[in-house]
Amino acid sequence: MTARVGVITFPGSLDDQDAARAVRLAGGTAVPLWHGDRDLRGVDAVILPGGFSYGDYLRCGAIARFAPVMAELVPAARVGLPVLGICNGFQILCEAHLLPGALTRNAGLRFACRPVRLRMEATRTSWTSGYAPGQEITLVLKSGEGAYLADPATLAALAAGGQVIARYADGNPNGSAAAIAGISNEAGNVVGLMPHPEHAVDTITGPGADGLGFFAPVRTGAPVGG
Amino acid sequence: MSSLDTVAKAAATPDRPQPHAELGLTGAEYERIVAVLGRRPTDAELAIYSVMWSEHCSYKSSKAHLRQFADKAPVSPALLAGIGNNAGVVDIGHGYAATFKAESHNHPSYVEPFQGAATGVGGIVRDILAMGARPVAVLDSLRFGPADAGDTRRVLPGVVAGISFYGNCLGLPNIGGELAFDPCYAGNPLVNVACLGIMRHSDLKSAVATGPGNQVVLLGSRTGPDGIGGASVLASASFGGSGEGAKRPSVQVGDPFMEKLLIECCLELYAAGLVAGIQDLGAAGIACATTELAAAAGAGMAVRLDEVPLRDASLGPAEILMSESQERMMAIVEPAGTERCLAICARWDVQATVIGEVTGTGRLEMTWHGEQVVDIPPGSAADDGPVYLRPVQRPAAQDRLQADDPARLPRPGTGPELRAALLAVLAAPDAADKAWVTEQYDRYVRGDTVLAAPNDAGLVRVDEATGLGVALATDGNGRYTLLNPYAGAQLALAEAYRNVAVTGARPLAVTNCLNFGSPEDPSVMWQFTEAVRGLADACAALSVPVTGGNVSFYNQTAAAAIHPTPVVGVLGVHDDVRRRLAIGFAAAGAPIVLLGRTAAEFGGSLWAHVAHGHLGGRPPAADLDAERDLAALLVAAADASLLAAAHDLADGGLAMALAESCLAGGTGAVVRLPGDTFSCLFSESAARAVVAVRPGREDEFGALCERYGVPAAVIGTTGGASLEVAGCFVVPLDELAGAHCGTLPRLFGQYPDQNAMSCRQDTPMPQR
Repeated sequence: MTARVGVITFPGSLDDQDAARAVRLAGGTAVPLWHGDRDLRGVDAVILPGGFSYGDYLRCGAIARFAPVMAELVPAARVGLPVLGICNGFQILCEAHLLPGALTRNAGLRFACRPVRLRMEATRTSWTSGYAPGQEITLVLKSGEGAYLADPATLAALAAGGQVIARYADGNPNGSAAAIAGISNEAGNVVGLMPHPEHAVDTITGPGADGLGFFAPVRTGAPVGG
Repeated sequence: MSSLDTVAKAAATPDRPQPHAELGLTGAEYERIVAVLGRRPTDAELAIYSVMWSEHCSYKSSKAHLRQFADKAPVSPALLAGIGNNAGVVDIGHGYAATFKAESHNHPSYVEPFQGAATGVGGIVRDILAMGARPVAVLDSLRFGPADAGDTRRVLPGVVAGISFYGNCLGLPNIGGELAFDPCYAGNPLVNVACLGIMRHSDLKSAVATGPGNQVVLLGSRTGPDGIGGASVLASASFGGSGEGAKRPSVQVGDPFMEKLLIECCLELYAAGLVAGIQDLGAAGIACATTELAAAAGAGMAVRLDEVPLRDASLGPAEILMSESQERMMAIVEPAGTERCLAICARWDVQATVIGEVTGTGRLEMTWHGEQVVDIPPGSAADDGPVYLRPVQRPAAQDRLQADDPARLPRPGTGPELRAALLAVLAAPDAADKAWVTEQYDRYVRGDTVLAAPNDAGLVRVDEATGLGVALATDGNGRYTLLNPYAGAQLALAEAYRNVAVTGARPLAVTNCLNFGSPEDPSVMWQFTEAVRGLADACAALSVPVTGGNVSFYNQTAAAAIHPTPVVGVLGVHDDVRRRLAIGFAAAGAPIVLLGRTAAEFGGSLWAHVAHGHLGGRPPAADLDAERDLAALLVAAADASLLAAAHDLADGGLAMALAESCLAGGTGAVVRLPGDTFSCLFSESAARAVVAVRPGREDEFGALCERYGVPAAVIGTTGGASLEVAGCFVVPLDELAGAHCGTLPRLFGQYPDQNAMSCRQDTPMPQR
């Protein structure tokens, strides 16, 4: 039986259809979820897609955190529901305190859209078991506030706990601390990633198909890692 | 105090002086309004006529000439909606239709680059939405003053950031465009944005207010004092206004988040079958939407202006009518559907207000707290504006300009000289790598972008099952058009047509954005009439109809006008995007073939501009039969999968094309050039392309070239890590990249990450 993966649409979500397509290409069933409904429709996993939820006014992800659907999502994530936040979704997960740290303005102060090389690290999470540690992949980075930032103690804990899932492998395109591109929570079921795996699902529309691995674990129903 | 000017008051005080001149209306135009109404207009009516009869809305100086686009238009069975609609619509097969249009936002982008450019994106996107389509991509054609001028450092980064901010936040991939620099654009930058929309045939909407009793619903942002240039004149002149305090910024401020909600909300309203007619609010705001909706139906409309939700409670009827507040639409909804309409809007957090209804009176009537302030025949404002045949005079200097032949210019002859010329052209701001700009744009969102910059055209997938796609390219060349406006406009069309064809798409239809100086200058008017005539003739010759467009006059500072710059957009259909052709040489061992005829044509060329700062002579000849044959060949070759890469030849000629193809694919090339090496490298003869043939398919391709009558010369092979012109020079790819990719970061600021500076092959290449 294929996994049912919910994709939340907030006002201003942009990559929700792309995330749903990636779920389908990986063999899962995409289930649309609406920000205003306190209902996860019984899904097996949830993706918070990229975009500019609520216009990114106030601060990226700061308003989306208070959406009704988040009142259901946060407790479910705390007891093991696999959750993947991509770009704006990563920002929302940080604002919701499901992940530590914050995403801040790019070091270059400009929006940056380009393919980037990543080196995979922690692969025991719910979303990265399709990769090998040290494997290099190409995804698409497209963000204005993608610089990951956390205090030194948090950074040390992330590294020690195997919670860094990927780092930028070829330079540091936005000034992220320790070149961090993505992290997980301690349990490994909640993952945030700045680059977009859903834009790397084929060679027709993206730089390759390296991103499909993020969506593959939900098909097999792999156990929550960590 | 009751300063409200009502219809009753206007009838009672026929001689009250009104500030028509300050609002841009001539004495004769004002008299015409009085004749139409049989009395003096009220302040609110004067506001409507002043904006609707402005050059921007009425096309009064261009209308008589633009008629050629319809009169000479080739018969196209694909055309579903043409000139006169918010945007043209063409059938692209499988039940799908594409709608597209380009629009300028030049003046606001000079005054306030960020917001001016941002709202330029917002405006054209609403035009596409109003046709019933989902907007799916944008392109931007930009022109600025000298790249190293101080003011360009203010204007360019602001414009790019504004387009990036608005387009990215809307979730529309930016798939192409242009960037050029010339002193003539200092003080008059050109910011032209094109938008593409996709719909099913049955989704087509029109801007018509039919059915008496139907409700007029205003959707989106509240109305504020944005962009009210003329109305504040009216306010201070006739309302006894509040002096300096009443002065307001005349550039609108954009809210792309609201526009995103508006798009999704309107698409849901369309899908629910609730919308009988729809119009976007752009220039001239509610004045324009109400008059055009009512005029198109030949019906009447009654509007309660005091129902319009305001951001500034002090606004009066005239200001509300003229406000250009962004992110608003006007829908015509049947009474039975109104409740459902308002519920859908509430779900999207889009404010929706019933402000009136369609009537059978044939009059546009508006009230303000119960008092009538407008009572006009809507067609008189929307359709029957003044039409001027401005004086036309070929400039006295035109002969001298054309006689100044670039043949007299010293040319590079030796290998080292030609090598240096290549690097200089590649590094020139006009030709340099544009990643500094395009990396600020999201080109991946929606997951259907197949080709984007630096490819010749943008290409988006429409249908995943069949691979159906749409290609769109915008091109213009002010230098060519200055030397010969008739030929320059044709060359702009030819280049966009060719750029669409090199991807493997069939060119289908045309839009345009005609940027010129003041129409009151007979020399400018000559340039304009020649360019329109040239474009209309070329569209007929290539069987691609103009479906709509935009005219921007008054791009001039004092007596100095910009180069006449018609920007032409061509839309094409790709039958299967899996067979698309990109510009990059991605693999070694592919024969390189030069298609088309090369003559020594250097008038207006990039080489003459970069090496000598020279602009004179005649532009390359426009050979439209050759363009048509070349395009047909490219489409057939892509369809049969005979090619590995294809790149059109334009500015900088073969030298530029080869360098770009090497850099885009990360593979070098060795070529042997026939005849005069300099001409072969830098001539800008039209109707040419360079292609890499799939190894093993050479004979088939050769036969195809013969069948289509396109001259083809095998000039070399892809491979290696340098571009080599045999017997002449070798340039390593790293050195090519250094020259090509360093210019814009050096001028406008580098990313702290040096990797961002290198040219990257970041466009997917067809590889099988």
